[in-house]
Formats: sequence, structure tokens, C-alpha cells
Amino acid sequence: MESRMNEFKEELRKTLKEIAYPLIAILISFIAGGILVYSFGKNPVVAYTALFKGSLGDLNKFGETLVTVTPLILTGLSIAFAFRCGLFNIGAEGQFIMGSVAAVWAGWAFTGLPPILHVTLTLLIGALAGGLWASVIGWLKAKVGSHEVINGIMMNYIAMYMSNFIVMTFLNEPEKAYSFAIADSAKLWRFSQAFVQFKYSRLNAGIFLALIVALAAYYILNKTVRGYEIRAVGYNPHAAEYGGISVKKNIVLAMIISGVFAGFAGAIMATGVQYRVNNLFGFTGYGLDGIAVALVGNNHPIGVILSAFLFGILQKGGPLMQIQGIPKEVVGIIQGIIILFVAANFVRVVAEQIKQNKELKRSIEKGEVE
Amino acid sequence: MENVGIITILGIILTATIRSATPLIFASLGGNFSERSGVFNIGLEGIMTVGAFSAVFFSFKTGSPWAGLLGAMVIGGLFGLLLAFLSIYFKANQVIVGTAINILAASLTTFLLVEIWGRPGQTDNVEYFQAWGPFNFFSYLAFAMVIAAYYVMYKTPFGLRIRAVGEHPRAADTLGVNVYVIRYICVTISGVLAGIGGASLSIGSLSLFKEGMIAGKGFIALAALIFGKWNPIGAALACLFFGFADALQTIATNLPIPKEFLFALPYILTMLAVSGFVGKSVGPAAGGKPYEKGEK
Amino acid sequence: MRGGIKLPVVIEMKGIGKSFPGIRANDDISLTVEQGEIHVLLGENGAGKSTLMNILYGLYQPDEGQIFVKGEPVKITNPNIAISHGIGMVHQHFMLVPPFTVAENIILGKEPSKGITLDLDKAIKDVEELSKKYELKVDSQALIQDISVGMQQRVEILKTLYRGAEILILDEPTAVLTPQEIEELGVILKSLVNQGKSIILITHKLKEVMSMSDRVTIVRRGKVVDTLNTKDTNIDELAEKMVGRKVNLTVDKQEAKTAAPILEIKDLKVLDSRKLEAVKGVSLQVHSGEILGIAGVDGNGQSDLVQAITGLAKAESGEILLNGKEITNLPPKDVIASGVGHIPEDRHKRGLVLNYSLAENSILGSHYSKRFRQGLGLSYQRIREYSRKLIEEYDVRTPNEKVLAKSLSGGNQQKLIVAREIDRDPSLCIAAQPTRGLDVGAIEFVHKKLVELRDEGKAVLLVSLELDEVMTLSDRIAVMYDGKIVGILDANDATEKKLGIMMAGGSAQDAE
Repeated sequence: MESRMNEFKEELRKTLKEIAYPLIAILISFIAGGILVYSFGKNPVVAYTALFKGSLGDLNKFGETLVTVTPLILTGLSIAFAFRCGLFNIGAEGQFIMGSVAAVWAGWAFTGLPPILHVTLTLLIGALAGGLWASVIGWLKAKVGSHEVINGIMMNYIAMYMSNFIVMTFLNEPEKAYSFAIADSAKLWRFSQAFVQFKYSRLNAGIFLALIVALAAYYILNKTVRGYEIRAVGYNPHAAEYGGISVKKNIVLAMIISGVFAGFAGAIMATGVQYRVNNLFGFTGYGLDGIAVALVGNNHPIGVILSAFLFGILQKGGPLMQIQGIPKEVVGIIQGIIILFVAANFVRVVAEQIKQNKELKRSIEKGEVE
Repeated sequence: MENVGIITILGIILTATIRSATPLIFASLGGNFSERSGVFNIGLEGIMTVGAFSAVFFSFKTGSPWAGLLGAMVIGGLFGLLLAFLSIYFKANQVIVGTAINILAASLTTFLLVEIWGRPGQTDNVEYFQAWGPFNFFSYLAFAMVIAAYYVMYKTPFGLRIRAVGEHPRAADTLGVNVYVIRYICVTISGVLAGIGGASLSIGSLSLFKEGMIAGKGFIALAALIFGKWNPIGAALACLFFGFADALQTIATNLPIPKEFLFALPYILTMLAVSGFVGKSVGPAAGGKPYEKGEK
Repeated sequence: MRGGIKLPVVIEMKGIGKSFPGIRANDDISLTVEQGEIHVLLGENGAGKSTLMNILYGLYQPDEGQIFVKGEPVKITNPNIAISHGIGMVHQHFMLVPPFTVAENIILGKEPSKGITLDLDKAIKDVEELSKKYELKVDSQALIQDISVGMQQRVEILKTLYRGAEILILDEPTAVLTPQEIEELGVILKSLVNQGKSIILITHKLKEVMSMSDRVTIVRRGKVVDTLNTKDTNIDELAEKMVGRKVNLTVDKQEAKTAAPILEIKDLKVLDSRKLEAVKGVSLQVHSGEILGIAGVDGNGQSDLVQAITGLAKAESGEILLNGKEITNLPPKDVIASGVGHIPEDRHKRGLVLNYSLAENSILGSHYSKRFRQGLGLSYQRIREYSRKLIEEYDVRTPNEKVLAKSLSGGNQQKLIVAREIDRDPSLCIAAQPTRGLDVGAIEFVHKKLVELRDEGKAVLLVSLELDEVMTLSDRIAVMYDGKIVGILDANDATEKKLGIMMAGGSAQDAE
């Protein structure tokens, strides 16, 4: 029992260490954003208060924030998971889109099923569609070494056009620029159905599903043989190969799992929030935001959850900021600055420089070797 | 008189091809300089975006498209410098940094678009480059750039040093070649070129900036670079190929193919190209790896 | 002083100090180099000799101390300044750009030009003139990736001479040469000295010190131990000064008690990454209770041979049998399961995941075994226990098993790898460059463990570029040249001269 407690404390300590650097980066970025707001002649305190009130002010607003947080958790996980295998799944956006459209199809086509079954089937098909879409990228990388970033971006565009094609032909609601709606039996349970405080929000069971998936991702990555292999391939494919690990198999698997997460996000949006798919004129943004979420969460499932909350707050608080006279695009810039800081490993580099200088001083004083 | 009809159509496709390829060529040449020196520049898309926007902005403020072009070059160069700084000094993961720049560019241009023109979506019309003959100024410039880039890369000492730094930076370092300076210069050049590429899209044939107008061209340019085996002339030819796929959209209505497929065609071809289905290519050996002095 | 005449000092380094985080690499080092001498800097791996020379060449800046060139104090802040003072350096790992030609490599950084255009014709002409003047034969238009190691070294030397080097620093130049090529290098160096050059040689090889140098400075743990005239000393004294205690240069081992073959290779052919034949029909056997050493110059197919046996490279044709069972072209996982342990030649690339903890590295290769399972996942408790056992038994110096592998010293990293591979109780253990970059203490330890393995009746396949190591450890010695085994000798019959001839391509008969 004692050792179990120690293990848990150990895990906690490690987790906190991993998310420390991104937290500092976020703090710095908020300060930078505040300076930006001030330079436009507006009050940063008013701006940030509006931001938080707009996203967390009451249960409805909180619910809507969580509606945004849900897919961000999943696309963030998608990218974080792939990163652990050394892959940059920038194609999460395309996998999200395919997950959406596949889920809408399943929700519309398989009528007459009991809700529990229909919802499960719909979500599964959406997730699998994402996994399948991602497997192409994984297979190309494993087989011919083709770069997953370029292929991912290309498949994002292909997914968008394919989704539009399907939405405007097979699934088309006549005379409209969107698809049929899914059957009622395929819709996710909404909080508003039971709690009147959430009457005006679209908050649904998806948030629970997302959190469960995050914990599952954590377990898979850190506590299983498969996770050991995936992380080994991510850190050093040569050593992994030497240790009997199949690099190719793990690359494809990691991409598929990553795609499943992103596809699942799209499926939840379809079954929980929008109930149909529109003819897209641009990307949904969930996949791309997932990159930011994963980066700031330091590619750690728990970090991703926290990071997704942060971005949800940023995005949902915007309109209230707008009312206070501060353009909501400031949010986008704060996001960009956060990403830049985290991408630059700014905090880590500075911290290590300080540590190295201290060690250097010590070595010179002691005159020691090794 | 059937022949005339076909020639006219071919003519239209050819001009459309060159027009579509022009922004790709600039970005691709930019990518060439950067990658040959050993730094991946995934941020070409973002730099093209700010380049396109800057061109419109400076043309708007001064009434002169030439000022717009200059502005695009300067802003593009600054973003290139930022990418260089993060990649070289902070030794950050170059793919992440490039992506960060893409995201920042998108939000920055959206923000400024709303601030200055009061509405999202697109700007008003501004002064732009009128066409000289069948093509506009940018296409001629692109042609000249390709030749200049080839010459610099393969016929000058500077080009020799760039390639050395990209293949074996330590060897160059031990001979007194400054690896960091060369990389900074090359990545900044790539920013300038990508800026011109963006400008060619906004004030070259159109006269405004629209959100999302770059539409992945920065990435297609990278694919063209890989397809063209990291050689300026090869890359330019590859850009023409992708421009052709793009140009097919102009005669799309005449073909019995769903229009979404034609929209997707350039992207599908890009995937085939980088996946080696049309020949294998190997990049600079030190590509993407930050240089550390004194490593054993 | 030599021959009673005091010669002018070309280089003086006074009181040089240099620290890195956690290490005092150079501590108050003073060195003088006289005109026209060959001066050796002798020391173990990690003693600080390369650091000192990197300071002289401007790649590092000293924290304390001064440098004088021909009596003038100088500040060498980058290689260009060193070059301008006539200092040239040939590094241990060649600094050549593989897809460039010989000429392009030599002129890089000092390119002849007409206006802004590169003048390659003049470059080629200059290189060929230089090559003739110093009798260093090279093909100016050949690509570096296509020429031999010996020619690459001559290109490196020409690089320094092209820039007017008067003082040449050579860092471990003989690591990649056969004994005969080492003799040739000695001739080249003497010729350069006759043309007025001064030479600083960095090495840890005692034999070369005796045969090539005029004076030797011994460095140990960042400090100078002594400076001696070579002809006034001997190998044992140098070894003792280098390490700080009496060194046993031989390995205690009893006669081999061999039995049935554990590893059998029949007519194996392996292609390298460029689709050229690297292993051209190799057949050999390693018996239970014996150490078979493979000697040879780097690049003659040894690495490819090891990779084919371990499943990391494809065997084009031929058979590999372990205990009678065919393991040809099995994936690495199955090869490991069949009972093969592999101490890889590049511990950072293959042997360890540097960002994993020691615990996680301890199970690399056996991570899917049931003993580490718990329910659906891994039992990190058991993994850490196992790791602690290995660390203790094999004396790996570390605060605990949770630290990342990258924070360990090279010697301790290698000990962990050795521990992991041997503890799995393999029938065959392949040790490739097992003591590369290790200090004497770690070398002795690894050698001891390999001999223990052999005494337990296992088979050990030793592949090493250090001829001494092969000769002291092996029961039989096979020599690889150009992808083939040119001969297998009993250790008792093998002499350095015989092996040297075979390493250069001569047959066993030639060597008699």
C-alpha cells in the first residue's frame, strides 16, 4: 500500500514537472497580450475580466465553453499522441472532417435502432473514419518515408472537398448547403434535458467521453507495452529497432490511434452539437487548434486537458470582450504568441541556461574533473 | 478551324499554368535557400499570408503597388528572420516553429484586416500590377529569380558554402565558415521570397487580400521543392506541373468530373509527388537539425 | 632540445584552463612545441587532449591561459584566425562533405573566384599542384563518398596545407588505418617535417607514440602529468603515467574449452545502403566457449555483417544458424528471443534510448516479457527492481535507476548495455566496438565480463577496430577485408604483422 502511494506521488510529481514550463509560457503570453491590449488604448483588466466572465460567468456560458473544450481535448490528444511517436499529425483537421461526415451518415442512415446502440455505432463509425483517413498518412510514412506534414495538409484539403462532395450530393438536404440531420436516436444526451441551468447551452455527454478517452490515452502511453514501444520509436527509432520493436508497425498504429481521436472529435460534434454537416468554405479549425493545445499541454494527456480548457476560455470569452470594445481577434494573437513561446521552448532554454551557468561556476571553483 | 480552337484552349491553359505557378515558384525558391542551408521552413504558408496582406496594406497606404511589393519583401524578411531566430538560437523544432508562424500569421492578418477595414473576410480593392502582355510583372520576375537562384547556388562561393552548411555544417565550421550567419541569411531570404510570392497572389492578378487565399500554396511549394530534388530549376518545373493541375479548374466546367475532384487534384498530385511515386529524392543531410558548436 | 641544439618554439600554450558544465576539461595545462618536431599529446579517452587542441584551433575559447605562436601572444577566437597563424587541424572524424568533390572540399572557405563566380578550374589546378608538391596522391574530381579512407585522410591534410599550415594538428589519425597505412602515414609525417612543418599528434595508442614521435606530453584528467623525450621512455612507463597506476596490458584468461558451434554463417551476402555488396559471401563459425574476434579496418563489411546477424539488415543470400536453428532474416525481436545478445557499436544510436530512464532502458529488448507485466499493462515496480539489480551487479555509477540515460557518462552507459545484454543469458553475444570511448577502468571491466561469458560456455563474437583488443581477447581471429574473410588464425599464431597484411587485403599465405 505504501509503495502504491509513493508511485502515485511520483506520477504526480512527474506530471507537474511536465506541465510547469507550458504554464509559465501561458503566463508570459497573457502578460504580452495585456500589453497589446493596452497599446490599443484599452484596459487589460477589463479585457481579461470580460474574457473570463464571457466563458465562465454562469452555467450556460460554462456549458458552451465546455462544448468547445470537448473537441479540443480530443484533437489535442490526437496530435499529442502522434508526437509521442515522433510524428506531427497536422492532418488531424482532415480526420476530424471525415469523422464528422461519417458520423452524420451513420446517424442518418441507420434508423430504427435503439438510441444506445445507434449513438455508439455512430460514434464508432466516426472514430474509425478518422483512423482510416490517418492510416493513409501513416502507411505512406512507414512504407516510403513520405513526410507526414505535407501529406497531412494535403489530406486536409482533400477531406474538405470530399466532405463537400458528399454533403452536396448523397447526403444533401435539397436546396440547402448542408446535409440531412441525424436521427434523434443518434443524438448524444444533452445536459439541458435534465438540468434547467444548462437550458441555453449545447453541453452534452461528449465532455465525459472526451475525459475518459484522455485518461485512456494516458494509460496506454505510460503503462502499457504498446506505449513503451511507441515512445521508444518517438525518441530513437534506431534503438527501438535494435530492441526488437517494429518501427513501421508502430508508426502506422500511432497514426491510426491519433486519427481515431480526431475522428471521434468530429463524431461528437456531429452527434452532440450540430447534428449535420455544412458545405465547408474553409477548415473547421478544431484540428489546427489541436496543435496549439497539444503543444501547450506538452504532449501530455493531462496537460492537454488543461490546455484545452485554456483555449476554450480564450475562444468563448471573445464576444464579451468585443462588447467591451476590444476586438476578439486579440484572442487569436494571444494564441499565436503562446504557441510561439512554447514552440521556442523559451522557458526551458532559459531555465537550462541558468542551470548550466550555475554548474559551470561550480566546476571552475572546485577544479574537479568528472 | 478546329485546330484554332484547340490552340486557343492550349494557350489559355498555358497562361493559366504560368500564372498559377508564379507564386509557387517564389515560395519554392525561398524554401530552396532555407533547406539547402539546413533549416526546414514549414512557415512558407504563413509568410506568404503576411506577404500578401502587407502588399495590399502598403499599396493601400501609399497608392503604389511597388510600395506594396517592397512592404511584402520587408515584412516577409522579418518573419523569416523570426523563424531563423527561433530555429537557430533557440534550436526549437523547426516544424513546430514553422507551424506556429503559420498560426500567428493567420490570426495577425485577420486581426489587422478587421482593425483597418472594419470587417472580416476581405479587404477593399487597392492599386495592383497591371499585366504586361499575357502575364503580369511577377511571372517575369519569377523566371529571372529561377536563373539567379541557380547561379548563386552552383556558381558562386556563397552557394558552395550554403550547400556545405546544409550537408555537413561542422566541416564548414572547422574551415572558418560561419554556419549561423549563413543560415540566418538563407532563412531571411526565404522569407523575402515567400513574401513576394504572397504579394504575387494579392496584388499580382487580384487587387485585394482575402482570408485563406493562400490555400495551401506554401505547402505545395515545399512539395515542388522535394519533387524538384532541391534544385531551383527542378523546383520551378515542378511548380509548373502543380500550376497546371490548378489551371485545369479554369476549364473545369467543360469536363464531366465533379468539381470537388478538380479542386482536390493539386493536393492529390502533391501527395503522389512527395511519396516518391514519381521518383525518389534525398534532401540535404543536415536538414532540420540545429547546429551545436563543439559536439563530438 | 633535440640533438643538443635548442630549437625555436613555434607553439606555446601557458596555463590553459577550460571548464564545461560538470567537468574541468583542462586545468592549468602548459605545452610547448618546437620547430620541426613531432610532438604527441598522449592520454586516455576523456583526458582533455582534444579540448586543448580545439582551443588551439579556435573552436573553443579558454577560460584562462595564453597562447603564443612563434613567440607572439595571440587570441584565437575562431578557426580562421588559427589558420591565419599557420595552424591546421585534421580531426578524428573527418570533416568532409560527402557529395562534394575532393577539390570542392579543399577550397571550401577559401574559394578562388573570378568576380562573384566560383573558379573551379583554378581550384582543381591548385589542388593538383599541391598534391604533387607534398606527394599526397588524390583524385581532385572524385566525390568524397566514393574514395577510400586513406585518400580521405590525405585530402584532410591537403586542406591544411592549402591554407598554408606550418603547424599541423592530427587528432587520432591512425584509428581508421591498417598497420601498413600507419607506417605510410609515418613516412608522410616525416616528409612534412623535412619540409619545415611541425606536427602535434593526439593519440591514446602507445605503440605509435614510440614509433612516430620526438617528444610526448602525457595528459591525465585535464592536467599535464609529464613531458618526455620519446627515446628516453618506454611503453610501460607511458601507460603508467597515462592511467596513474600500474596497468596490466594483457588479459588474464585460461585456455579456451570449445565445443559445438553455436553460430554458423554460410556464404552470407549483404547489401549496404547504396545497394552495393558489403558482405560478399562470408562463412564462419563461433563455438561454445570461444571468443572469435573479427579484425579489420572500418568499412570492410564488419558492421553490415553484425547487422545481418542481428536482423537489422537484410541478408541477400546465405544462411545464419544459431544452435542449429535458422535465424536468417528473422526480425530483430525473434533474433533476440533465439538467444542473441548484442552490444552495439554505437551506444547512442542503437544501444540506448537516451531520453528513457535507466529503468526503461534496462528492459529494452525484453520489454514484452511476461515478467514485467501486470494486468493489462507494465509493472514499473518490477522493472525498477530489475534495473536496480543490473546497476548493482555491473557497478553502474548513478544516483538511482530513475535518471535519464543521457545523464550518464559513456563508460556507465556502456556498462548498463553490457549488463542488459549479458543478463539475458544469451547463447551468442556479439560485442561490436565494446570499449570505444571508454577509460581504462571501464575497458578492463568489459573485457572481464566477455571472458567470463566465454568461460561459461557461451559464444562471443567480438568485432573491434582496436587490433590490440582483438589480439588479447580472442581465441581465434578472423580478418575481414572488402567484405570477405581473408583468413582465420589461431590467436597463438597471430602476429600484428600477419594481421596487418591480411587487413590490407593480403591473404593468409602472403602473411607467412
